[in-house]
Parts: sequence; C-alpha cells; structure tokens
Amino acid sequence: MNEKTMTEDHHYQQMIEEESICLQENLVYERPETLTDAAFHYCPGCGHGVAHRIIAEAIAELGIQEDVIGVAPVGCSVLAYNYFNIDMQEAAHGRASAVATGIKRVLPDKYVFSYQGDGDLAAIGTGETIHTCNRGENILIVFINNGIYGMTGGQMAPTTLNGMKTTTSPFGRDVSLVGAPLKITELVAQLPGVYYATRQAVNTPLNVRRAKKAIVNSFEYQKHKKGLCFVEIVSNCPSNWKMSPVEANKWLEENMLQYYPLGDIKAPH
Amino acid sequence: MRELRLMKGNEALAEAAIRAGCDAYFGYPITPQSEILEYLSLYATERTGMVVLQAESEIASINMVYGAAGCGKKVMTSSSSPGISLMQEGISYIACAELPCLLVNVMRGGPGLGTIQPSQSDYFQSVKGGGHGDYHLIVLAPSTVQEMVDFVPISFDLAFKWRNPVMIVADGALGQMMEKVELFEQMPRSSTVPEWATVGKPKTRERNIITSLNLEAEKMEEHNLKLQKKYKQIEEQEVRYESINCDDADIVLVAFGLVARICMKAAELARDKGLKVGVFRPITLYPYPFKQINKLAKEGKRFFVVEMNAGQMLYDVKLAVNGLSEVAFHGRMGGMIPSPEEIVEKLEKQYQEAVI
Repeated sequence: MNEKTMTEDHHYQQMIEEESICLQENLVYERPETLTDAAFHYCPGCGHGVAHRIIAEAIAELGIQEDVIGVAPVGCSVLAYNYFNIDMQEAAHGRASAVATGIKRVLPDKYVFSYQGDGDLAAIGTGETIHTCNRGENILIVFINNGIYGMTGGQMAPTTLNGMKTTTSPFGRDVSLVGAPLKITELVAQLPGVYYATRQAVNTPLNVRRAKKAIVNSFEYQKHKKGLCFVEIVSNCPSNWKMSPVEANKWLEENMLQYYPLGDIKAPH
Repeated sequence: MRELRLMKGNEALAEAAIRAGCDAYFGYPITPQSEILEYLSLYATERTGMVVLQAESEIASINMVYGAAGCGKKVMTSSSSPGISLMQEGISYIACAELPCLLVNVMRGGPGLGTIQPSQSDYFQSVKGGGHGDYHLIVLAPSTVQEMVDFVPISFDLAFKWRNPVMIVADGALGQMMEKVELFEQMPRSSTVPEWATVGKPKTRERNIITSLNLEAEKMEEHNLKLQKKYKQIEEQEVRYESINCDDADIVLVAFGLVARICMKAAELARDKGLKVGVFRPITLYPYPFKQINKLAKEGKRFFVVEMNAGQMLYDVKLAVNGLSEVAFHGRMGGMIPSPEEIVEKLEKQYQEAVI
C-alpha cells in the first residue's frame, strides 16, 4: 500500500463517520444566514418551505439582510417571522400590504416585502391589494396561490379551481354560484403602479430557480424605486388537497398551471 | 414666543401634530373631522417632511399606522365614529403589539350611519375595549380648542412612555368650532430609533418582531399579565382631571369634553339661584379618576352626570360612588347638545328638596 492510497483510505474512514457529516468543510448545501434554525412547521411536500428559502437566499445573496423588513400574513405562513432571520411584522388578515405601505412610507430606503396567501391577499385583503398596487408602492408582494385555505382546514379560496372540492365546496366549486377563480395577478398587472407582475411555481427544480430569479429581480427593481413588484407563486397543499406530495405536484401541473399559466404577465421594458 | 391664532378645532389639532414632530399620518375622509386630513395634506409634508397619506379605507389607515408605528415612528390617524368602528380590529392588534400611536375620534351621533352632529356615544367603545381582547387605550378628552392643541404632544409622550396607543376623543362641535389658541413652538422630528423597532436587523442584535400572536396559551397569558401590569401602573400614574368649585358644593356635575364646559355655565347659573353646584371633569377617561370621585362621595356630595349619550360614563361614576351617594343623569343623543338652562332645569327637578 503506497502512501497515497493510505491517505485516501484514511480520508474515506473519516468521511463515513457519522459526526463528520456535520463538519462545516463537508457541507455542500447550507442554510442561508437569513433563515433561523427553526424547523418549518409546514406539512411534508408543501411549497411554503421552498418559497421561504428562495426569498431568504435572495436576501442573503443581495446582501440586504440589514435593510429588509418583511410582513407576514394570516394563514399557514402566519409564523413566517419565526423562520426569516430579519426584522418582521405580523399583519392582520388581509392587511399585509397596508402594513407594508406604512413601513415603506416611513422607511423609503429600506426593502419591504409582504408574503401572503390567496385567502389573505385575494379575498379579505383585495381592497388593500389593489390600492397598494395602484399607488405603486415600492414594495414586493409575494403571493402564494394554492387554491385553498390551508390553516383553517381546507375551505374554498377565491382561487379554488372550477369543480375543485373543498370543505365548503364539497360538490366542487360551482362557478354559477360563487364566481370564477380570481386571477388577481392579471388584474393588478393592469395597474400603472405595478412595474413587474409574474407567475411562478416551486414544483420542479427549474421552476424554483426561475421563481428565485423573479424575487431577486424584484428586490433589484425596488432598489431603483421602479414601483410595485408582484410575484405569484402557484403552490400546492397536499394535506388539504388530500394527496401525497408527488400526486399534489402532478395535480398542480395538470390543473392549476392550466388555469394559472406560468410566466411574466407584466415584464419591465 | 408662542403664537396666537383663531382656529377651528380640527385644524388646530392638525397644526399641533405638525409642531409635535409627528412623522406620519394615515387617514380617510369622514365628517366632521376631514379638516385634519385636509390641513395636513396642505401643510405638513412641505414644513417637516411628514408623511401624509389618504388611504382607501379606515381599515387600511389603521394598518398603515401599525406598520409605521412598528418602525418606531410618531404616527397618527383620525376619524369619526363609524370610521373608528372600522378600525377596531387594528386597534386591538396595536394594543397587543404595544405600538405607540395617536388615534383621534371626533365623535358624531350613532348608532349606524347616525348623524354628522356632535355626540359622546363612543365612550364605551373608547374606554371599555372596542376591539376584541383585554386591552386599554389611554383616552384623553379635550374640552376646548386649546386642549385639542395641547393634548397632541402629551398623547405622543404618553404613547411612547407606555408603548400604548393613545386616543383623543373630541366631538363634532369641538372639531368644527373656532377659538383662540396659543400654539407651542415647532418641535424637531425625532431621529431616535427605539430598540424594539423593525428598521432592518443589524448584525449586532437579534431580529425584532412586531406581532400580536402567540399560539402557546401559557405565553399568551404571560403577555396578557404583562399588559395588565402596565395598565395598573397607568391607572396609578396617569389620571388627569379638573375639579371646579367642588369644595363647598352640595351637588357635583360630572361631565367630560365639551359637555363639561356647558356644565360650567350651568353651575354658574345654578349658583346664581343659590344652589351650591360644582363641576368635576375627568380629562383622562382611561385611566378614570375613580378615587377622586369616591372622595367627593365620601364628603356627602350628590352627583349629576351629563353626557351626549344615553349614559355611558354614568356607569363609571356609579362605580366610583359605590352606593355612597345619589347619582342622577341627563343625556342628549343623536347629535343634540344640552343647553346650560336645560341642565339647571333638570338639576332643579332632581334635587328639589335640596333647593328647599
């Protein structure tokens, strides 16, 4: 056995020791400093964790941790402030964009974003959403659309698909009774105050990368005071859709993305 | 030198907000207080750089206040009764998250859309809760346009001292009437950042979170106990009142705000008729001057409460008197203002035997 092989063997032995997995120099994938070490409370397969992570990565990579204030909604992500290692405020249901407006108006040089679900942003908070967008507040709104009320146990959302069964539409959403699912991103894209409106997803690695790019771009636009950036992330809810994570992502692709097609709805020139 | 001006109550309050170094105002038009938003829109930003934003609703206004107050700024909103009702959810959140701010209610007659005329029918709402949960606002009731000015910096000081929302409750008449006011000099806007404010997390400290949520019952109770302890201290330290000719009085008129001034005239008229009448005016409606009224009751005085409502503060007077003496009431509702003569007439009727 020559010296080189001996070294390799030694190295190999070190590698297989369990403790060594935790060694800093052996890490290939790290938690960004903009996330706390609290474990996400989200259900297995839920898109929230990935969405949180890409926002945290964007903040870390842009080096703006000291200058960013986030606003959490009411919904499954009500505890988002437990995970982002940044200053945050927790808003009343639907009012995150009004709270973000208040922050941004008194701290115009800071980065401000709200993180809101479909019930929060497109039902109870529709008024605040539209007027915040119309004023062209220099903030980022991240809109998580999974077509259902997750935290309260799977009720019909404004974005629930036609025919989709929820606990309050047990026979499927009936458009003749409750209207069509609301494409709020297309709606706000009409407003001059909105600089960038895009629809992304986090169901595949490629889509995750694209969604992260949209977040990064939005913070860049905010830096240059371009106006409001609106990033919809079409997500899933395995628990309340009553599917496995794999089935949920398949269903998302075959149903959600048909009605909510991905891509930029309003792209900067 | 202090400046003298003839001003409308609403405009005087707005001028005081600018001079007190207020950082931001968020509001929505509603009669009879729209002059506050109008006056600030015209002058504030140019003079001090203060943020003035007309929101799409009172709900948005109060949540903008939440956001800006959470950044440690001097923030305010104003409205009138129906608009204040809309704000109640946000006020409860602000109280729980312990955010300092100034809320102004220029009350109008209710319930419902009611009327645009003056009223005091939001006493319960201001003092006993309004929103959900166990919380208190510090509530100040001005009775002159001068106090509409003076109470603004006092309110901001109290709000930051206690990390608690402070409400000024006026009424439509105080908001609309003109009086001579002495204005204090312009104060600089503060650049101090409170340690709890969310302004971006530097590496040197842990992140700051503004929230009213705690899913663990033990911790939520702990927070409630902390709030209750604070309220107890406020009750011990911040009671304000005015007592006018009560020492030799047989009958004490108890009234707040504009009605207290009407009662002062009524007391004069009553004294001309040989009735020994004094006026006790609570200035802070929360914390309420229970001890002071109780002391008057122990001295054997009778009480006559006058309000522009169906008898709301009346309950607190009765609590303070605690059965030691007689408490009578006269109220007008729906935007009607009692006259001094009317009060004396009711008083004479009530205390006929005392007159003889």
